[in-house]
Amino acid sequence: MTQIQKPHLVVVGNGMAGCRAVEEILARDPDRYRITIFGAEPRVNYNRIMLSPLLAGDKSFDDIVINDLAWYADNAIDLVSGDPVVAIDRKIQTVTARSGRTESYDRLLLATGSDPFIIPCPGHDLQGVVTFRDMDDVGAMLRAAASEDDVPRSAVVIGGGLLGLEAAHGLSLRGMTVTVLHLMPTLMERQLDEAAGWLLKNALEARGQTILTGADTAEIYGQGKVEGVRLKDGRDIPALLVVMAVGIRPNVKLARDAGLAIGRGIHVDDHMVTSDANILAVGECVEHNGNVYGLVAPLWDMCRSLADALVATPSGYTGSVTSTKLKVSGIDVFSAGDFSGGEGCEDIVMRDASRGVYKRVVVKNDRVIGAVLYGDTQDGNWYFDLLKRQQDVAEIRDALIFGQAFASGGAASANPNGAVAALADDAEICGCNGVSKGKVVAAICGGAETLDAVRACTKASASCGSCTGLVEGLLAITMGDDYAGERAAPTVCKCTSFTHEDVRRLILERELKAIPQVMQALHWTTPDGCSSCRPALNYYLLCAWPGEFVDDNQSRFVNERMHANIQKDGTYSVVPRMWGGVTNPKELRAIADVAEKYEARMVKVTGGQRLDIFGISKEDLPAVWADLNAAGMVSGHAYAKALRTVKTCVGSEWCRFGTQDSTGLGIKTEQMTWGSFMPHKFKIAVSGCPRNCAEATIKDFGVICVDSGYELSIGGNGGIKLRGTDFLCKVTTEQEALDYCAAFIQLYREEARYLDRTAPWVERVGLEYIKQRIVDDATGREALRARFLYSQSFMQDDPWAKRAAGEEYKLHQHLAEIRPTPTPSRPVMELA
Amino acid sequence: MMEPQWLDIGPVDQLPALGARTLPVRGGQEIAIFHTANGEVYALANACPHKAGPLSQGIVHDTTVTCPLHNWRISLVTGQALGEDKGCVPVIPVKIDGGRILIGRAEALAGVA
Repeated sequence: MTQIQKPHLVVVGNGMAGCRAVEEILARDPDRYRITIFGAEPRVNYNRIMLSPLLAGDKSFDDIVINDLAWYADNAIDLVSGDPVVAIDRKIQTVTARSGRTESYDRLLLATGSDPFIIPCPGHDLQGVVTFRDMDDVGAMLRAAASEDDVPRSAVVIGGGLLGLEAAHGLSLRGMTVTVLHLMPTLMERQLDEAAGWLLKNALEARGQTILTGADTAEIYGQGKVEGVRLKDGRDIPALLVVMAVGIRPNVKLARDAGLAIGRGIHVDDHMVTSDANILAVGECVEHNGNVYGLVAPLWDMCRSLADALVATPSGYTGSVTSTKLKVSGIDVFSAGDFSGGEGCEDIVMRDASRGVYKRVVVKNDRVIGAVLYGDTQDGNWYFDLLKRQQDVAEIRDALIFGQAFASGGAASANPNGAVAALADDAEICGCNGVSKGKVVAAICGGAETLDAVRACTKASASCGSCTGLVEGLLAITMGDDYAGERAAPTVCKCTSFTHEDVRRLILERELKAIPQVMQALHWTTPDGCSSCRPALNYYLLCAWPGEFVDDNQSRFVNERMHANIQKDGTYSVVPRMWGGVTNPKELRAIADVAEKYEARMVKVTGGQRLDIFGISKEDLPAVWADLNAAGMVSGHAYAKALRTVKTCVGSEWCRFGTQDSTGLGIKTEQMTWGSFMPHKFKIAVSGCPRNCAEATIKDFGVICVDSGYELSIGGNGGIKLRGTDFLCKVTTEQEALDYCAAFIQLYREEARYLDRTAPWVERVGLEYIKQRIVDDATGREALRARFLYSQSFMQDDPWAKRAAGEEYKLHQHLAEIRPTPTPSRPVMELA
Repeated sequence: MMEPQWLDIGPVDQLPALGARTLPVRGGQEIAIFHTANGEVYALANACPHKAGPLSQGIVHDTTVTCPLHNWRISLVTGQALGEDKGCVPVIPVKIDGGRILIGRAEALAGVA
């Protein structure tokens, strides 16, 4: 069969509905149609509901793209973007675009969405009045937020519904002074009851927004561009930006002009067919059984029914029940179904003022018909699922308001994944992308065994991310013990429910500067932590407050406390630093003398190009160090989560292949970085040519010299899990190599979890992220480097010298010794 | 002749907070003296029941010490390994009198020929 013979499907609308419908069709039969998509916007298909996080700065455009150009190409879809269809000729089955381009169709799919409603008040067409519907609107808002010529950068948002509040939140985060005007007495009155609306209003006001309810706009005024808004009661609010977010209207112009049956939207049957059998329609532009939808979930349902009817077994769309979540970070609001009350309805309400929680579940005839949750929306999915399934809740009614874990009688609460395990297969996991539990589980069984893999093949949790926990729960349930967790939201240890990231953030935010203070402020459940969290906290504080925090020796592992490596017999090994792996007769003599004097049982050449002296007792350590110090040697930190060695080859000074002075650069690098404590040990190597004799490609930071400069790479590991480095960038001078090294180390110090080597850290955050921070962002790189060097100004003190001078002598000397003697009445005590 | 029941091994202030010091016994098992955050003092044989790691070098938290070699957690009160691990290390009785540490003589000298 050739391409020509396939029927031609033309899609009008390159938005979420149009593309989703195409995806659903392709999933069922990739070869049925030749497909052309027309879009009015000059860009690929993106997730419109993610415009709010985009405005708020939580996401970039790339993050919210649903289908990139490769998708269109891979599926042989002809994308005509920036050229809206302006006419349909049903008789000859063609569409014509604004540019004059005409395409004939066998089937036409209308997915024209909706248009924002503009209040026709005076001044609504002034420059600076925008809606909140597409990328161009967001662009206009961001420009206003960034403008500097108007000193009070203030904005008015007209409309206190979902969209308006998200716009207000985003503008507020962008530094604007925001006033929200809402005609009704309660915010989001279609989704929230009065109590929740009031809590929401208070929360938003606490964040600095001004919320005016019962506010009726009289006019928008200004000379050529917006200067302010006047209300009917005479109030006047100056503003340089006005966002109209008062509602949307199905965009039916094209369909009406073509003579299709229209009500509030384009009339469709259960298979999304319009009054013309060859023309289909989906999304916000349609009216089905008298209902018009403005949310995303119904759209997924419609697209499934459409594709089923078109290329598989017709299933029939029966309408959608919707739920709403407000995407304002830190304010959790959920609502679903009907909560207007009425005859036969019972309200179950719970309030917890101190936690700012309000929950209301509306039950009728033992079925959940509505729910409003404020402050704690964890059980939203469960209520919504009960509602959609019309499940009889008589037996769990008493416990219903306390949530799923409680209502299911403890089984769920014992297992944190119980809640998600109890969900039905068709329960929706990802609201942004309309992915059911069954679909996620099928993907996991099909080999998608990580969060990223699930995201890649189902898009679940790939948009706003609020269902990430649910997806992780499904991974855990489906894979059992094979799934160790990844976002791992691993808590620091069992003493706390905070993650490493939380703890690090809160240390800075609340200026916590001592271990007991952190434990108190963050509600540690143990009196003085454990051997997992204490070293982590010690490191985090050390990193956060250089020069201020006093290291807590008792929170360090034995090796770091003793500045030597404990061995299985309880003795220690001692490794003096050899800069760049270079030594001399004086140092070698001192090491030989120490080995004899303290009866070291072995001297071993290490993998890091230095010498390790084995079998030293803890009592002898200070004396050993004093002798090594006398020969000019300092601690090699072979025992520490810190810079270990900088391995080098001889480079251009000796080697006939050497391109640069790799030994010299290695020594400079070691002199810059020694003494810096890190989340885990850190190894560097510098090779003088691509033959790479110093094995730089399995180090945390590797430099390979070439004729034209220095190739820098990161995240290698030669240990349990072999990992080659990732290429970071190439620089031309030694100084740049040093600067990038310092910046990379500081990024690792500030952002990795304690006991993360660079390899897993780089894999978790992604090479692109590191490149962006270290390579692309020159200002950020310089700031990182400066912070590293500042921290180093406190760290480059030889710890051995201090111990040799008597510091912490209690760690090295016995408290006393018991020598039983023949006269047992007086056992000899000898105080050390 | 009555032997004293307690041995005075030195002042409490010679113990680091949340740390430990050692007390060798000539001809016998070295003892580790621990100091908790609450100021309590405990004494155990300085050898983990697992691979004889020096418990005195572990991290002290609450009334537990974590062995520096393989992270076994040992109760300072009972000498028992905690969690999944099984094993027990001898406990030496301790009392504090006038700022001095006293340990049980018989237990301290156990095993001395």
